[in-house]
Amino acid sequence: MKSIVLFTALFILANFAGGKTIELCSSCAVKTLKTALNIADSGDVIRIKPGVYNAWNIEIDKPVSIIGTGSVVLDGKNQGYILKIQANHVRLYGLTLKNVGLSYTKDYAAIYLHRVQHFKIERCTLRNVFFGILVEKSAHGIISGNKVSSLGTGETDTGNGIHLWHCNNVLIEGNHLSRLRDGIYFEFVSESRVLENLSENNFRYGLHFMFSNNDEYAENEFRQNGAGVAVMFSKFIHMRNNKFIQNWGSASYGLLLKEIYDAEIISNEFRKNTIGINAEGSNRVHYRLNNFTENGWAIKITGACYENIFERNNFSSNAFDVAYNSKMNDNRFHGNYWSDYSGYDLNRDGIGDVPHRPVKLFSYVVNRTPESVVLLRSLFVDLINFSEKVSPVFTPDELVDNAPLMKRAQ
Amino acid sequence: MRRIIWYSLYDLLRSRWTLVYFLFYLALGFALLFLNNDVSKALITIMNIIVVLTPLIGTLFGVMFFYNSIEFTELLLAQPIKRQTIFLGQYLGLSLSLSGSLVLGLGLPFLLYGISSSGSVQEFLLLLTAGVFLTFIFTALAFNIGLSNTNRIRGFGSAILMWLFMAVIYDGLFLIALMVFDEYPIDKFALIASCLNPIDLSRILILLKLDISVLLGYTGAVFQQFFGTTRGMFISLTLLMLWVLIPIWRMIRIAIRKDF
Repeated sequence: MKSIVLFTALFILANFAGGKTIELCSSCAVKTLKTALNIADSGDVIRIKPGVYNAWNIEIDKPVSIIGTGSVVLDGKNQGYILKIQANHVRLYGLTLKNVGLSYTKDYAAIYLHRVQHFKIERCTLRNVFFGILVEKSAHGIISGNKVSSLGTGETDTGNGIHLWHCNNVLIEGNHLSRLRDGIYFEFVSESRVLENLSENNFRYGLHFMFSNNDEYAENEFRQNGAGVAVMFSKFIHMRNNKFIQNWGSASYGLLLKEIYDAEIISNEFRKNTIGINAEGSNRVHYRLNNFTENGWAIKITGACYENIFERNNFSSNAFDVAYNSKMNDNRFHGNYWSDYSGYDLNRDGIGDVPHRPVKLFSYVVNRTPESVVLLRSLFVDLINFSEKVSPVFTPDELVDNAPLMKRAQ
Repeated sequence: MRRIIWYSLYDLLRSRWTLVYFLFYLALGFALLFLNNDVSKALITIMNIIVVLTPLIGTLFGVMFFYNSIEFTELLLAQPIKRQTIFLGQYLGLSLSLSGSLVLGLGLPFLLYGISSSGSVQEFLLLLTAGVFLTFIFTALAFNIGLSNTNRIRGFGSAILMWLFMAVIYDGLFLIALMVFDEYPIDKFALIASCLNPIDLSRILILLKLDISVLLGYTGAVFQQFFGTTRGMFISLTLLMLWVLIPIWRMIRIAIRKDF
């Protein structure tokens, strides 16, 4: 009786798991991925044994799982795409894909998904790719725990690591992206989440998104990318607990915001960037509890930014805390910690009694004449900063933090 | 000459000014490290102080020492000693004692707080080198002023004015020039103008080692390319050297011809 119950249970489970398992290895009956896909039915599992297999432009047009057991390498031999997924419910797990073709007219990718739903790409390693994972017009997918890297030398011969175009409800989690053009690229992507990824040493942006609304970015780390992170033309973005570190160089930003509306930027860390946040035409953005440490400019506001709120952020040891290029101010700085605040707190409530003016005259001068940055830290500059602080003439006089914190905000 | 250097040093030690100067740097070093505990951050503060203070002290001590010891100098002039030896000896005595105070006063606390294992030894050494150069340069300039002005009040006035010009006014004019001509490619001009003032030159040399992220904007890139290379370093050290040698040469020339 027991065995019948067990058998039935297993039978049901097997049906749910979806059909048969096809083994693939160099000495098995099925030797190539193409034949395995030909004989597979919907819901089958293709298990690949360790080894190196040549594979390029392979179309996956039925819902199957392809699972690598051990070190399974699919070598694209620089011929073009490696896997093209055109069916829903496809799962890839534990594969290593390498040598994607390089083209200046086609976006060759290691894994290319087009108009599919419910895909899963997990724990794959993608090496020497042009594009890594290219997803178009798809939804409800998971891309997690992958490593993507290329051998490119600059922006022209590399593609993007994870590239999403016209997608929604995708989860991108725990991936490692390096030496690509853009680590993660989003265009017209909504309701998606990017969590705990590490994007480093990319030639352009660690993360780049445009026209992508209602997305969430959390716990990611972006370091040493050519131009940091760029987010443009998007609404309702949530960025939490990300790290933007050492984005260094003449065109480098920790975070570049352009036309970002109604976003929340909370508890992020900006350390050693040339410009921590560069905001342009960004309205109703809420900056809270971010740490700006040892940046050249912590925040540079270059124009048409209205109704932004900066509260409880920590600004420490930046050469310039806030740079502003106009006299008009419609942004609110309230209750931040400024390491060069020189006021006092008589009633000991932790809030400085003297308002703080974060925009120094010198940062206004440097904005107008960038060459004058060579006078940084000279006595003359300290003198004019001081006189401007006492009676503001050039900098927006309503730009003050009326409740500067005496200690760092936690 | 060695004897004259020794006399000057002894005279300075007896007047205790050198000691005060030494103690000031010692206290400053300890206080900064005690408050900060972060060697590289303390370096930035020290840079601000060195770039402003060493020229000021060099200048003021220079004229003060020169006018104070004028009687001793006149006594020496009556002896069969070369004029060159007398003035060079006095100059070296003063500069050496001032730079000694600087190097020891800042070196001791930083050594005790473990500069040698902090990875910023190079920056610290550059900082001290710049400080020593500035001391030598401004003491020489002060001696020049002293020799050219018999009137002490005028001498002091010109010395302070010279310091003010180098430390503040020059930068102001420089900034105005940059702002007026900002339509033109002025990075070369900025580079040359900052090489001509020893205070600016030392400041930028140190800054490029410390605050590099800001300066790496596109203007910074020009400077980085120039000063960041061995050639640039060599050129800037040569310039500082010239700033020492030319005033010394002028000092000796005046001293030899002057009718005391």
